[in-house]
Amino acid sequence: MKIALFIHEWIVGLIPAEITGLTQMVLIALTYLTLFAVLGLYLVLLERRVAAWFQLRIGPNRVGYQGLLQTMADALKLLTKELTGTVKADKFLYNLAPYFVIITSLMALGIFPFTKNLQAYDLNIGLFFLIAISSIGVIGILLGGWSSNNKYSLIGAMRSGVQTISYELSIGLSLLTMVLLTGSLQLSEIVEVQKNGWLIVQGHIPAIIAFMIYMIAGTAETNRAPFDMVEAESELGAGFHTEYSGMKFAYFFLAEFINMFIIAAIATTVFFGGWLSPFGITESIPWLGVFWFLLKTFVLVFLMMWFRWTFPRLRVDQLLTLEWKYLLPINLANIVIMALIVWLGLTLQF
Amino acid sequence: MSYFSNIYDGVKTLLTGMKVTGNYFLHSKKGAITQKYPENRDTLQMFERFRGEVVMPHDEQNEHSCTGCQKCEIACPNGSIEIIWDRVIDEKTGKKKKIIDKHIYHFGMCTQCGLCIDACPNDAIKWAQNFENSVYDRTQLTRVLNKPGSKVRAGVED
Repeated sequence: MKIALFIHEWIVGLIPAEITGLTQMVLIALTYLTLFAVLGLYLVLLERRVAAWFQLRIGPNRVGYQGLLQTMADALKLLTKELTGTVKADKFLYNLAPYFVIITSLMALGIFPFTKNLQAYDLNIGLFFLIAISSIGVIGILLGGWSSNNKYSLIGAMRSGVQTISYELSIGLSLLTMVLLTGSLQLSEIVEVQKNGWLIVQGHIPAIIAFMIYMIAGTAETNRAPFDMVEAESELGAGFHTEYSGMKFAYFFLAEFINMFIIAAIATTVFFGGWLSPFGITESIPWLGVFWFLLKTFVLVFLMMWFRWTFPRLRVDQLLTLEWKYLLPINLANIVIMALIVWLGLTLQF
Repeated sequence: MSYFSNIYDGVKTLLTGMKVTGNYFLHSKKGAITQKYPENRDTLQMFERFRGEVVMPHDEQNEHSCTGCQKCEIACPNGSIEIIWDRVIDEKTGKKKKIIDKHIYHFGMCTQCGLCIDACPNDAIKWAQNFENSVYDRTQLTRVLNKPGSKVRAGVED
């Protein structure tokens, strides 16, 4: 990328060569951090506006033009709030938990190929890394619930934990179905494979089933409705993060929305061709890749919001039934079908 | 085979639900049921059924139809209505007659249950539609409903 090269040369000219690598890493990390914190805030706003439209309301429209600064103002308010906690809480773990949750979300963002060149780090085990890193978030949830010294938080954390761990399986298996098709875990390579047609087209029936399972499990994984067992407003407060206030609460909240973006971004990369344009219409203009990537991702984010404002919340037994009785067996059968299709060469390629 | 029909029914009902909300989403611009309140203060129309506060309508001759029967005072569950009344001698018949001196309404205590309005035999009191009722001093919420110098409309008591 030309901009990256330019910045690289500029930094090399500025400081001694030994620390340029480190400086660049820090700079990239800071850019990502800022960009995705702002993205998280605007996802919150999008969620609120979309929710309003689904419920025939107007939604936040006061702060800034059409309420565009609303969530900025909310974040500012949360920054100024007092950080409270319970008396006998395990202070170290209690303070650690929100960082676990937010850092894992931000780490996952580092390996997404937004375009061919715009990728912070091209890991050769990309998909595996994503699945692994997204399971660490659950430790933050359990830590938060455990260390709050509040039995309701603990129950909330257990509910949330059982849900996240259960649906982790479905996510892993549905992505594995697609790995059978690509033969690679590297995200950039997965996108390259899709130049002959997006994977959802290449893998047709099993790919569509895998996509549906992935979206259901992804919605559950991010603790969003209809799977937001943790957030029964009247019974549990907000589950595992009842005792958190101010910015620590905001980390949990922001992580949920960044996770939603991550789930949609993985789906975009694995099923819908990442930064590739449909039918290669803008292949001559590579920087439009960001536009296509974000467009596809936001369509999927919208789909998740649509789920949220349509479906009623599941009971905990229904939630586990759905995962262990329906999604998992279908998923296993689906992998076999996909393997057969790849083996017999029945994939669709253009 | 209820396992597979369950899956089919589940997917089908979920898609039906998404169709309904999707329809709402597409028509949200036209049919928003909320309003931008302070901007539309001039054109705002409250609903007929809205219960703001209790008022006593007076006509042009400064007459109301409250006879001071106190049925509203008895009906009120928490004593928000207090009627200070008097007896005067009717000029025509020469009999003693009850008139109200002050119909006091403690709006600060009122729960808007509407029992007083149901209880009134002459429709002397009714609901008003105003709702911007916050004040700095609680005593401003104690209201005398009958205007000074008003009297009962002729024919109401017969």
